[in-house]
Amino acid sequence: MALKEKINGRKYFFVFLLTCGIFIVAFALASFFNNQKIAEIKNTEDQISIDILSSETQFEILQQSSCSIVNGDILSSQLSTLDNELSAAEAAHGIDSADVITLKDYYSLLEIKDYILAEQIYKQCNARPISILYFYSNKGNCTDCTKEGYVLTALRDEYPDLRVYSFDADLGLNAIETLISLYHVGPQLPAIVVNGTTYEGFQSLDNIQKIIPDLAVAAGTSTVATTTTNATINTSTIATSSKK
Amino acid sequence: MDFSTIMLDISLFCGLYFQIFLLVTFFDGEEKEKKVEKEKSALSMVKSLKKKVNAALPTVSIIVPCFNEARTVKKTVMSLLGLNYPKDKLSILIVDDGSTDNTYAIAHTFTRFKNVSVVRQKNGGKYTAMNYGIRQSTADIVGCLDADSTVDSEALMRMIPFFNDTKVMAVTPAMRAIVGDQGNGEKKSSDSRSKKPTILQHIQRAEYNVGIFTKRVYAMIDAIHVTPGPFSIFRREVFDKIGYFRHAHNTEDMEIAFRLQSHGYRIANCHDAFVYTITPATLVKLYRQRTRWTYGFIKNLIDYRRCLFNKKYGNMGMLTMPFAVLGIGFVFYFVGLFLYHGGVSLYNMYERVSTVGMVGLTGSGSHFSFASFGENFQTYFHNFYFGIGMTSVLGLMLLATTMYIVFKSKKMAEGSARLSRDIVYFLCFYSFLAPIWIGKSVYNVVLSKKTPWR
Repeated sequence: MALKEKINGRKYFFVFLLTCGIFIVAFALASFFNNQKIAEIKNTEDQISIDILSSETQFEILQQSSCSIVNGDILSSQLSTLDNELSAAEAAHGIDSADVITLKDYYSLLEIKDYILAEQIYKQCNARPISILYFYSNKGNCTDCTKEGYVLTALRDEYPDLRVYSFDADLGLNAIETLISLYHVGPQLPAIVVNGTTYEGFQSLDNIQKIIPDLAVAAGTSTVATTTTNATINTSTIATSSKK
Repeated sequence: MDFSTIMLDISLFCGLYFQIFLLVTFFDGEEKEKKVEKEKSALSMVKSLKKKVNAALPTVSIIVPCFNEARTVKKTVMSLLGLNYPKDKLSILIVDDGSTDNTYAIAHTFTRFKNVSVVRQKNGGKYTAMNYGIRQSTADIVGCLDADSTVDSEALMRMIPFFNDTKVMAVTPAMRAIVGDQGNGEKKSSDSRSKKPTILQHIQRAEYNVGIFTKRVYAMIDAIHVTPGPFSIFRREVFDKIGYFRHAHNTEDMEIAFRLQSHGYRIANCHDAFVYTITPATLVKLYRQRTRWTYGFIKNLIDYRRCLFNKKYGNMGMLTMPFAVLGIGFVFYFVGLFLYHGGVSLYNMYERVSTVGMVGLTGSGSHFSFASFGENFQTYFHNFYFGIGMTSVLGLMLLATTMYIVFKSKKMAEGSARLSRDIVYFLCFYSFLAPIWIGKSVYNVVLSKKTPWR
């Protein structure tokens, strides 16, 4: 056999080292961004702690305010920020990450606060809030939870004034556990709570529309709200599927 | 970290390793080539030497195998007649492989030239036409030029000196794509460069340019695995040593290169010996052509599997063949993954529609407005920032090396490294196109389905 260019083992090794070097740089950069992310999450968590505390004060102030200057989107912007953070953190770290679970805890607390605050405001102003508490499970293969998510998302799109608060029933958060025992939710999931009544199992679009006749009224008046409060709708309601 | 992320990181590592290997080889080899170039130009300055050089030039016979190439054969032969090479040392043999159009009649008009001869044989495939020509030839060097290609007038003169190295048995040219004409079998204009090129032809032009770069580097490490039909030239004697062209799954030009390499012979590359070839203008024609090439490549890899991870076969056995296998494997895996996720998304969409009706598809998420676009972009950017990890950084680094190679290739082929539509289309679409024929070729190989020429 004729002579050919011999294999240059040193070059193979040099290139291997170079590639490993690039991997190390990539790893360092990824770690840097990861630390930034964690810092941002911590910052959001701190901000939420302040928001939750300030919402207590808001209660007091709003109770003394006129209904005409009160709207129901008190904590919406915080919910929006947190929703984005949560979705992104879930995508980056997975739903089992400790950071994601902590963020989810905060998110759930803020939702509950928003729910209570909205209830208070509407009571004060003699209006009926159109809100749904939605309990789902991430454990096992809850296909009905996925389907319920589609239904609630579609409802949110159709009725912009509808407020959907979604809770992971398996999160183990005391406040959620209290809601679960208060409304006798479970063990069958998904479950929704409308005006204090619990409906277990999958509820179709038609069923929910029957359960909440006020939706039709809301739809009639929501045309303006849809275009003017689009950002609020996205923030005050839940992209249920993203939490799964 | 899930399995698909690990696979993605491994594929990125392999891709980076391979590209860095090519670049390191290129930078190293370019320096050596520059020194040789300087010596060559110093020699060519001496006029009296030129006559001596001409006298020492080997005789060359170029075979033009054709099958129904009536529309292009004239330009092909004209380009050969225009070669800057002593006419008494260059012969052209047109072998009509049983064409059913008037290829033979057109070819026959060239017999008025002393160094052109035309023969006709019963259709037996390109490799039989080539073998006929080689057997007829008594020249020192024999070459081939596909009848859909034309050759630059200086190409041969630039290629011949490579045979000064006695180990070199074949020299490959630098292939460039003609843009602006239709592929084989379609209506063509008299001026092949007058038509507006299709996006696919733009992509192929960039791809062929990249091919010039990779061929040059592969030659530096003795790992060229194809001696393309358009104007590869061989020492005549090598065919007596290793045998003639074979059918080789309709890719005889790959098989002969594998065979040369497996016998330890060198295949050189002349990166400034330009040959122009017509590229398919439509996806169907491109798909057929590439499926044939990729199928042939895989089958030849299988036939020459003894070279794989075998140090005896040099860098081809230890680097280019294993990485080719890995590349095909990764493409197949990721195409499968993409199809799986696509299927899951479709199923979810079906579930959504069956649960909430069409409203599930027309929700606020699918409406477009500038306000929502701004919002979506913000979310996208936010998610990108959050999702940035090792895979993203590695992906960007691989993209950077790819871009360098693409621009360097353009500079080598066209003399300018400016951003062009070819590059934009190539970078945007090629990685989506190639898996189509790779997938089909693997499918054909696995199910032992033959891949026809046309």
